[in-house]
Amino acid sequence: MASALSRKDFVSDQEVRWCPGCGDYAILAQVQKQMPEFGVPREKTVFISGIGCSSRFPYYMNTYGFHTIHGRAPAFATGLKVTRPDLDVWVVTGDGDGLSIGGNHLIHCLRRNVDLKILLFNNKIYGLTKGQYSPTSEVGKVTKSTPAGSVDFPFNPITVALGSHASFVCRTLDVEQKHLAEMLKRAHAHRGASFIEILQNCNIFNDGAFNELTDKPIKAEHQLVLEHGKPLIFGKNRDKGIRMNGMRPEVVQLGNGVSESDLVVHDETNLALAFMLGNFEPPLPTPIGVFYATSRPTFDAAMNQQLADAKAKQGPGDLDALLKRGDVWTVK
Amino acid sequence: MALPPEAAGGAAQSSSIGGSAAHKRERRDSVVIRFAGDSGDGMQLAGMQFTAESALAGNDIATLPDFPAEIRAPAGTIAGVSGFQVNFSSGEVFTAGDEPTVLVAMNPAALKANLDDVPPNGVIIVDKEAFSDANLKRAGYTSNPLTDHSLDKYQVFTVDITKLTTTALHDTGLNNRAVFRCRNLFVLGMLSWLYQRPIESTVNWLEGRFKKTPEVLNANLKALRAGYAYGETTEMFASSYEVPPARIVPGTYRNITGNTATALGFVAAAVKAGRPLFLGSYPITPASDVLHDLAALKNFPVYTFQAEDEIAGVSSAIGAAFGGAIAITTTSGPGMNLKAEAIGLAVKTELPIVITDIQRAGPSTGMPTKPEQADLLMALYGRHGESPLPVIAAATPADCFECAYEAVRIAVKYMTPVILMTDGQLANGAEPWLLPETSRLPEIKVDFRTDPEGFLPYIRDEETLSRPWAIPGTPGLEHRIGGLSGEDRTGNVSYSPANNELMVRTRARKIAGIVREIPPTEIFGDTNGGELVVLGWGSTYGSIREAVKQLRGKGKSVSHIHLRYLNPLPQDLGDQLRKFRKVMVAEMNMGQLIKVVRADYLIDAIGCNKIQGRPFKVSELTNRITRALED
Repeated sequence: MASALSRKDFVSDQEVRWCPGCGDYAILAQVQKQMPEFGVPREKTVFISGIGCSSRFPYYMNTYGFHTIHGRAPAFATGLKVTRPDLDVWVVTGDGDGLSIGGNHLIHCLRRNVDLKILLFNNKIYGLTKGQYSPTSEVGKVTKSTPAGSVDFPFNPITVALGSHASFVCRTLDVEQKHLAEMLKRAHAHRGASFIEILQNCNIFNDGAFNELTDKPIKAEHQLVLEHGKPLIFGKNRDKGIRMNGMRPEVVQLGNGVSESDLVVHDETNLALAFMLGNFEPPLPTPIGVFYATSRPTFDAAMNQQLADAKAKQGPGDLDALLKRGDVWTVK
Repeated sequence: MALPPEAAGGAAQSSSIGGSAAHKRERRDSVVIRFAGDSGDGMQLAGMQFTAESALAGNDIATLPDFPAEIRAPAGTIAGVSGFQVNFSSGEVFTAGDEPTVLVAMNPAALKANLDDVPPNGVIIVDKEAFSDANLKRAGYTSNPLTDHSLDKYQVFTVDITKLTTTALHDTGLNNRAVFRCRNLFVLGMLSWLYQRPIESTVNWLEGRFKKTPEVLNANLKALRAGYAYGETTEMFASSYEVPPARIVPGTYRNITGNTATALGFVAAAVKAGRPLFLGSYPITPASDVLHDLAALKNFPVYTFQAEDEIAGVSSAIGAAFGGAIAITTTSGPGMNLKAEAIGLAVKTELPIVITDIQRAGPSTGMPTKPEQADLLMALYGRHGESPLPVIAAATPADCFECAYEAVRIAVKYMTPVILMTDGQLANGAEPWLLPETSRLPEIKVDFRTDPEGFLPYIRDEETLSRPWAIPGTPGLEHRIGGLSGEDRTGNVSYSPANNELMVRTRARKIAGIVREIPPTEIFGDTNGGELVVLGWGSTYGSIREAVKQLRGKGKSVSHIHLRYLNPLPQDLGDQLRKFRKVMVAEMNMGQLIKVVRADYLIDAIGCNKIQGRPFKVSELTNRITRALED
């Protein structure tokens, strides 16, 4: 149900002010490109962000937008979506905004299953404050705030989302425009909290953080593209797969008696499998795609249903009757 | 009117009129009863029902519950004592009373915790069986006060409450524990007879409450009636008392707590505005009852969102306001701290929300169930950057309705966050409320911008300086707002130094302009000026007004100015204060309003301060004022 609008209708008149070469440009361009495809009028679309480089996003979208405070975008978005279920509400956040200062709001918004599309730009660094390590930085990260290397174990956004019982969890990459487009479509079509981790390169403070996943010559050896109902196959020659060895996943070379039928088949509705894939780390490849998608009631719909039920049962609110409720007496 | 103990004690004698021939009936102008017992003894319930009975009897009333923060402290200990004080009178009542003329103590701990407040010759009613060795030890008594003559200066009535209740309920089939829990109804029945209260309202209430458990209903009714009959038939009490109805403004009344009045004020405002009400809130004492009340009103419609924390409470409200709802958040001091950053965003983005701070004693966790007024400076200034906003404070439980309504009206008219301040005393205290004519409530006009022609997010109304409320879903008005410094009119991100100052000053001018909404300052007392004026705000209203009335009755030149609007302050306040030789600022803090008065008006005011988690006693104020008059 694509609308008559085009990409440029979603481009605001504000000059984009990310560093040249930033991965955010590619994400912005793809989101602007996809918006007409969704068929939602501009005035019904709202982008809400927190603080950080990624959170400048709403200024560049010619929709309604709200650049709020650090970490709290999911809370603002929840208040809006609950009272205005007619709106298409997007949240744009980052690894610091969404997983450090705003971790609490993110997990609760996901568990409640508020019908929001949440884009988490993960560049594993604090960019706007000029290069401190983030809650997704690897252990030992040397930054200005951790000259001897960071010592704390990072969050994995996918397993945080799964652990919060998000109903839609996927991962994609800023430079994989086709895949990003596909994930945006999937996320938008989902009813409920859609969580999209977008691995995004910060070319100033953490350049090349995802080189293994983005460098043409090697990326196929490290990327595992998840497709529902299909075996887990990867590699430049699509000759490697994931097989279960007891309870443990392992990489196997196809051929020599190992066939596709030996491999794990992806099932988006299997939460245990999603957790396992979310926890993949080298030598296992990094999965991208939809880890988990399930359908359950959304918070905003359930809350509005309660209001509708109350109205059906009690009738519309009667202020005079309400004030007179309880023991009332008259003085003459 | 809370009369001093000598006046209440020395009541006019009247002849016996009807009732039991064995008893005289005496007239009292004002009585203060404190029900005290263990947290589980049902003292709040007994107190509230007695209050309802008194209201129906036509008295003016004020109440003050006093309960521990612990839900169930160890039984029988001082920490677990829960109290409820009611002042009922044939005159005008301003406070729940300084001292109880009657203390009901259901156990030794309740006696010990409250005895200091009982004046000499005051009445103390105790449950004899509760003064067991074990209970005396739990309360820290080394000897039994009922027998060691330590209570000789009081009139002590030792009643077999437990035994009498047990006997009355012996055939109900309830177990001992359930029977024990009916003692509060026995006490209520006894006091209802003693003060000639009609018990029908309590009977009705019990019938509603225990509709589904007829055996419990039966037991409670039996206990209530047994207590009433006990008073009537026993020789224990030489007389019963009559407190004639007060002269009250005609109209329809209900008894209301501050928290319920706050909730109703918000609902009324949303109904008048024709918009849904959204509350984003995190449970906190003593604010949670507003959330509870509103959660039951979904059909109005009211959205209540129990957020994951205080920040999400206010943030969700701002999100709802962006979408066009009447949006509020409710909290107490610790939550105010957490909300500060988001409130600053609402100031900058100029979105209408109301933040209710139901103050409690601090600092830090402090005394969560006790009132204080130490959040004033935080409300006025507690945000980073220049971020002024209107602050309104309620004076009495019923006044919370008007103040909540007014807060919404101003928020919407001026597109600004508004802070509404009440406190634990108002929140849980109750008084009769003259129901307003809803058709005569002031207009709350919601005027969403719809015309794209000439629209900019920060163009301003010439009079109010408020910006348009342009909500998502409106074609042609797509725009972005945010916390970054924004350009005049367009709101586009701007780092221009001159523009920043212009915007800071424009927002400040907008808030200062709200002064046009504030009626002229009323002076209670010497309207043309005099010796001393007491300036107060919030819940100290009743104590100050009563103290000033008493002193004026003695011929002193003392007046009272009460502030509802703390920011902006009334235009004429400085001039009014300067009519007096002395200005005293009475507050339940270390002196916060006084700083504002000194800074704004260069008036060297005198402080009168109390930080005990308890309201001012009238006597404390009269003493302090008298001293100041002599200085």
